[in-house]
Amino acid sequence: MHPAILGLTTIVLGVGGCLAYFYLSNQFLDKVLFPASGPHAGRNINRANMIRPWLFLFPAIFALGLYLAYPVFETLRLSLTDRDEGGAFIGLANYSQMMSEPKFWEAMRNNMLWLVVVPAASTALGLLVAQLTDRIRWGNFAKSLIFMPMAISFVGAAVIWKLVYDARPEGTDQIGMLNALYIFFGGDMPQTWLTIPFWNNFFLMVVLVWIQTGFAMVILSAALRGIPEETIEAAIVDGANPFQIFFKIKVPQIMGTIVVVWTTITITVLKVFDIVFAMTNGQWETQVLANYMYDKLFRANDWGVGSAAAMVIMLLVTPILVWNVYNARKEMR
Amino acid sequence: MDNIAGSKSSLTWAVHISVAFLVLLWLTPTLGLFVSSFRTVDQIQASGWWKAPFATEQNLTLRTASPDTAVRQGDLFIIEGNVFDEDARGEIASWGISSRDINAFQPGETADLRREGRVTLQANGDYRLENDGPFEGSRGVRLFATAEVPPELTLENYETVLSSGRGNDNMAKAFFNTLTVTIPATIIPIVVAAFAAFALAWMDFPGRAILIACVVGLLVVPLQLALIPLLKLHLGIGIGKGYLGVWLAHTGFGLPLAIYLLRNYMVGLPRDIIENARVDGATDFQIFTKIILPLSFPALASFAIFQFLWTWNDLLVAKVFLIDSTGQTTVMTNQIVELLGTRGGNWEILATAAFVSIAVPLLVFFAMQKYLVRGLLAGSVK
Repeated sequence: MHPAILGLTTIVLGVGGCLAYFYLSNQFLDKVLFPASGPHAGRNINRANMIRPWLFLFPAIFALGLYLAYPVFETLRLSLTDRDEGGAFIGLANYSQMMSEPKFWEAMRNNMLWLVVVPAASTALGLLVAQLTDRIRWGNFAKSLIFMPMAISFVGAAVIWKLVYDARPEGTDQIGMLNALYIFFGGDMPQTWLTIPFWNNFFLMVVLVWIQTGFAMVILSAALRGIPEETIEAAIVDGANPFQIFFKIKVPQIMGTIVVVWTTITITVLKVFDIVFAMTNGQWETQVLANYMYDKLFRANDWGVGSAAAMVIMLLVTPILVWNVYNARKEMR
Repeated sequence: MDNIAGSKSSLTWAVHISVAFLVLLWLTPTLGLFVSSFRTVDQIQASGWWKAPFATEQNLTLRTASPDTAVRQGDLFIIEGNVFDEDARGEIASWGISSRDINAFQPGETADLRREGRVTLQANGDYRLENDGPFEGSRGVRLFATAEVPPELTLENYETVLSSGRGNDNMAKAFFNTLTVTIPATIIPIVVAAFAAFALAWMDFPGRAILIACVVGLLVVPLQLALIPLLKLHLGIGIGKGYLGVWLAHTGFGLPLAIYLLRNYMVGLPRDIIENARVDGATDFQIFTKIILPLSFPALASFAIFQFLWTWNDLLVAKVFLIDSTGQTTVMTNQIVELLGTRGGNWEILATAAFVSIAVPLLVFFAMQKYLVRGLLAGSVK
């Protein structure tokens, strides 16, 4: 069968099944279980209305519980068991094994670097672009071009940047832009950028900064637009220069948004796997937690240590999780 | 507000220039890949993509016509012709008859091939091969040259990647696989989340506040946690690795953002409309499908774009829940990673394959940017 037809059939079945659930379950509730007619019409309607929210919510709660809530506990449990001994409880042995591995500490160190550099750089650049494009006529056009990498997959971005970092032997024409520039400005010989320990981390981070700046820009730009004009006019009347206006008037007023952008990018950084996987696969000291975990899981086939690594990632996002819930509850009151 | 006082033209110019510089910086890497995807293998190897509009200097291996085309003129046997193909012409800078010394002769000079005669090569590729006796062998003489080859853009790479390529070079199947993953993985969470968001926004039932808090909390749970337990579960209940599993996984992972976005939007809808409809005897199901859904279109669209981009671009979920050892269900991102491993230096295939996979999200992005921005502003928590 042609792959297109096969795909179409599966699509129709998948989506159709989902729609059928909602339609049929509601029909069943209204027509069969508690019909809104006959002797008990009123009571039936009330009962149906008590059940209906759960009918509406059931697939969502089921999927959320199964795919996000249950794994948190199950991964915790798995991280305390040993697969080879048939899932016996072995306490923190997986964690201590993980911590004795230099690769884990390399991943931790790199992850901390990523966590510092990427959110800071993306937010700062996003803020810069948002501020600069705010006043010029072609600002929206410029913004959509800088925003564009958001649509590109991490894998696609990895290929794009691999071409930038490409290195050819000395003496031949460089086809990687970075090396071409490096030679042009007097560099002695072409560098294989992705294999230089420590610094290669930054070459990988550039890719994520390139993608995330657009996101930061869009949100911060909206926040800048939301600043009441009176405060800025007052500052101008008082003789503030553009830099003072920006740093002393505008930035403090959008601090809340900056924090949201920062934490959002932080979460993305913790989860990011594709860029390292596609560009270096953790070689040359570029390992990060998410890729370390994948390695343990599907290459070393070590579910225990893999789960322990996943729990470390969970631990790192927990403060953000608590803060999010706290904020949401505050807003709802 | 710009020109109330102070800030004047000198700064405005600085702003224009810096924005132009940033835009260029952001665009160039993608442009490089895009240009490369239209160049031939030789061109990519010989020079940077930014030289694509100019002639490049390349080392070529050429061959004269075979001996049976020789003509006899008096005592001499002569073969004449042009070493270039009909469509690819170049300017020869220097040439040679041995691969060890390819710059031995200038255009117009004559080289002695001993038993095979003498050959003269002109700058435009015309050659004249003459010998005192008949030529032997069945193949022409090999010549080596350094030539200026004019720029050439081709769709050949796209043809290879989309139809004629073999093995990993052909993306057509992966393209359909990606579509098969993406379309249901976009629609199913929207349907499920819309019903849930409606219940959370407009229906009264115990535990509603806790549920909303849970959704917000789950927004940040890293999906790495889900890989091991759910893969075990999928294998356990027999759906194994396949489309159903990957749809369910994408649905689960996409739901928190979907519910959060849609609930925030639906709460803002006017209460009057919903209550009037209820008074007129509409059931909740009717209110939902006839009033809420049409009114929520902007929120639905923005989530749909997110989920589409996310599932189209995903690698991890597909690698864990979908791709099996047969490779029949591989998606484009995975195929590109495999190409990176096996054909890391073949930029013509790599660049084109990457561009095929980027094209659809870029189209969606530029067509629906308005909704994407709106969604980001509404739900910048994820």
